[in-house]
Amino acid sequence: MTPFTYERAGSPAEAAAAAARTPGARFIAGGTNLLDLMKLQIETPAHLIDVNGLALDTIEATKDGGLRIGALVRNTALAADRRVRRDYALLSRALLAGASGQLRNKATTAGNLLQRTRCPYFYDTVQPCNKRRPGSGCAAIGGVSRQLAIIGTSEACIATHPSDMAVALRALDASVETVQADGAPRRIPLAEFHRLPGDTPHIETVLEPGELITAVRLPKPVGGRHIYRKVRDRASYAFALVSIGAILHEDGSGQVALGGVAHKPWRVEAAEAELPRGAKAAAEQILAGARPSRDNAFKITLVERTLAAVLAEARG
Amino acid sequence: MKFDRPATQNPIDRLKVVGQPLDRIDGPLKTTGTAPYAYEHHDVVADAAYGWTIGAGIAIGRITRMDLAEAERAPGVIAIVTADNAGLLGKGDHNTVRLLGGPDVQHYHQAVALVIAESFEQARAAAGLVKIDYAAEPGVFDLTAAKGSAIAPEPNELTGPVDTRIGDFAAAFAEAPVTLDATYTTPDHSHAMMEPHATLAAWEGDRLTVWTSNQMIAWATADLAKTLGIAPENVRVVSPFIGGGFGGKLFLRADVLLAALGARAARRPVKVALQRPLIANNTTHRPATIQRIRIGARRDGTITAIGHESWSGDQPGGGLETAVSQTRLLYAGANRMTAMRLAELHLPEGNAMRAPGEAPGMMALEIAMDEVAEKLEIDPVEFRIINDTSVDPENPERPFSARALAECLRQGAERFGWNRRDPRPGRTRDGRWLIGMGVAAAFRNNLLITSGARVRLDGTGQVTVETDMTDIGTGSYTIIAQTAAEMMGVPVERVTVRLGDSDFPVSAGSGGQFGANNSTAGVYAACVKLREEIARRLGFNSEAAEFENGEVRSGNRAMPIAAAAAEGDIVAEDKIEYGDLSERYQQSTFGGHFVEVGVDIATGEARIRRMLAVCAAGRILNPKSARSQVIGAMTMGAGAALMEELAVDTRRGFFVNHDLAGYEVPVHADIPHQDVIFVDETDPMSSPMKAKGVGELGICGVAAAVANAVYNATGVRVRDYPITLDKYLDRLPDVA
Repeated sequence: MTPFTYERAGSPAEAAAAAARTPGARFIAGGTNLLDLMKLQIETPAHLIDVNGLALDTIEATKDGGLRIGALVRNTALAADRRVRRDYALLSRALLAGASGQLRNKATTAGNLLQRTRCPYFYDTVQPCNKRRPGSGCAAIGGVSRQLAIIGTSEACIATHPSDMAVALRALDASVETVQADGAPRRIPLAEFHRLPGDTPHIETVLEPGELITAVRLPKPVGGRHIYRKVRDRASYAFALVSIGAILHEDGSGQVALGGVAHKPWRVEAAEAELPRGAKAAAEQILAGARPSRDNAFKITLVERTLAAVLAEARG
Repeated sequence: MKFDRPATQNPIDRLKVVGQPLDRIDGPLKTTGTAPYAYEHHDVVADAAYGWTIGAGIAIGRITRMDLAEAERAPGVIAIVTADNAGLLGKGDHNTVRLLGGPDVQHYHQAVALVIAESFEQARAAAGLVKIDYAAEPGVFDLTAAKGSAIAPEPNELTGPVDTRIGDFAAAFAEAPVTLDATYTTPDHSHAMMEPHATLAAWEGDRLTVWTSNQMIAWATADLAKTLGIAPENVRVVSPFIGGGFGGKLFLRADVLLAALGARAARRPVKVALQRPLIANNTTHRPATIQRIRIGARRDGTITAIGHESWSGDQPGGGLETAVSQTRLLYAGANRMTAMRLAELHLPEGNAMRAPGEAPGMMALEIAMDEVAEKLEIDPVEFRIINDTSVDPENPERPFSARALAECLRQGAERFGWNRRDPRPGRTRDGRWLIGMGVAAAFRNNLLITSGARVRLDGTGQVTVETDMTDIGTGSYTIIAQTAAEMMGVPVERVTVRLGDSDFPVSAGSGGQFGANNSTAGVYAACVKLREEIARRLGFNSEAAEFENGEVRSGNRAMPIAAAAAEGDIVAEDKIEYGDLSERYQQSTFGGHFVEVGVDIATGEARIRRMLAVCAAGRILNPKSARSQVIGAMTMGAGAALMEELAVDTRRGFFVNHDLAGYEVPVHADIPHQDVIFVDETDPMSSPMKAKGVGELGICGVAAAVANAVYNATGVRVRDYPITLDKYLDRLPDVA
């Protein structure tokens, strides 16, 4: 770990301003990802702005019937919230499918959205990685890529976003509230929040320098069956090969987002019209244009079969 | 003590302490965090500096430039060790590859520098400032591609013959009415122990002491002296507690050498723990294998031909993975052949991991047996029993000392409810789960190795045992205390056990499931000597004397043993040495593994539902710690079956998933229910303890039982481990 300076922010606006004016600054909340990456010298911030004291840790009802989840609400608390469990069960189930009890106790809502990829080449500081060292190349392409992305990839990067929570939020049409460096608030639909890798895989979200997440908003509950199905090699404490977050209604309509397949939670709204026709039709549209590697081509089949199981579960 | 005749009645047979399910005597130290591990000897050595190891960034080639200037100027940096300034170094007898690389690089993450600083964080930060340029050279990293170039290496004591032929295999196989010819693969495995390799080194003049984490103290001492070019008597190796080894700590590794070199360069004690991301590529691993098995049988189930060939790879000068060894002994059959071939690879050094040879060998052989049983339409439990043998199939003059394979399989089938298994695959459902049961035999040889100990009696009646035997989490402390307590007729609380120090007599060490039987037999030998001396001093005939309740007794006369040491401690030292009993009798351990799995019909996720192992391994010295050993081994076998694989980047020549997030091993949720049964057995050929090894028996066959259960569940046969869903998803039934 390279030496860094540290401050506790007094308010969200102050935190954002401090981050914008301090080169190499990073926010720290739960630290469940950032500290690991600092120990490995993958992240080498010169300055840490601790946002844990910012009182962004409550879940409130909104006027439009939805929920406003503070950026610092811990994953454990969010998953256990009575309103979440009743109206957004998908979110609760996705959270509980991720990490471990200890990590969820520390990890925050905003931090979960901002966690970085688990691509093994990203984690090996000797290897080229455009995400870790822009312009150095991508060792994963043509390498060991069983876990990596099959769609939305680029010549520069085939990493996936590892979050379970973000998949649920995407299916739930969540949005992200922020405060910018100048103190102005902003609201970003989750659909637009994470970027595809393109030529700049090191830029993972649309957040501007200094911009701080203050909350995640959920719209009014839409009912339906909430299913989160995470497929993995071991029964717990593993990242998804493929995951599906789905809200499915009796008339066969629904909202479906995928994890483990792309650089961001993957949802194709237009494909959801195919859901009543079954998994094969819907999966084909959701993954249209997929470019898997030899190692991860199985994910195409796996998405279709898992979606079929999810649809069957919703019917049953 | 020479053990060259079968054991007769002896004090161990009383089984007042030995054979009892005692809690670990070191348990409180471990559960309270006060058992000092290698990196934690703060009280013994003050003011240790911290080392951070830099691993090579290429698989093979040369360092063309190493720029240390910026790192040397970094805060807190004391010294940087590289091949340039380390002086002339040798190589230990048990190492294939040099532990400090440079300028030549022999494998990825081979250590090329140690940065030493006042704090751990400073060492790490400075290591990030070291600039290294390499000239990479092409290497061979793909066993499948290199298979054609594999050669028959010179056989040695460890490998046995690389080719065996009995009868006429080719003719018998050609004539057999039912045959199987199938190829199986097992991947590279990492030991993935919790405690990384770690060492604290301190010099006093010419004398070096290392507190480390090592299974074989005498090997480490000799190899460290040889590598440093100093006299072995100037090296002391101390390793009282070890956070798991599984064979990964059998040898001197880079942490020890670098800590020693670092302490010399820094002129103060230095400690080094290999960083987790280095473990997979810097240290040893279980090599991958390609195995071809051919079995020919008559319709009644009698095997007439059995052939097993195995290919593995290693660094130049490295060795074979002896995956065919069990096939020479496990099943009858008049016509037999085995062959092992070795390819040269430039992946990191391969070497022993828990049950080397048999673990991957049984992964293949026991699927093959399942496949043949199915072709014969004979129950796979019965098929194995039909081909049981009481003699070495290659040499019928040579019987097994004890062989309860059939009993293990029968008892296991009964206890597991094997009769509820539908032999037709893919027929049993439980909701979304396809259910299957699988069986495999377990087999692992019992090795006899000289082992010494020193026993001391003091005037208070306390008995102290000293031996360089190690406890790698297995329970050595406890079974050694039980042995001494039984022999000396004192409660176990009156025994102190001190292990893992090269100042103590050389023991068998921990490996190859040979630790328990040999090390306790060595303690037995020393205790016999101590008993004789006590009897002599107190005026007893040692042949007739009984040691019980802290007393020596003969007829009506009894004296407290403490009285013998009233004038000063009595010390006895001896070792167990073996005659030719293991040549006259084949000594092996046996078992049956039974597994039930569920396979998600949609996603193909395979999850174990329950496991049972029935083991016959001679006298069980402590049923509680032995059970823990077998449970741990079954868990490791489950990992080998379903998830463990060091993923090779065949372009860049390294194991990519080199941390515990990428190298998945089972978690609690993967292992819902396990049971272990020990068959009542004593083996008088093994040692005066009549015990054998059990810690590796538990892993041998497990993965195949899982594979066979997956087949029974799905009807899909996977011959390439690990059995992950991507290998059979497209062969599962359509989802409704």
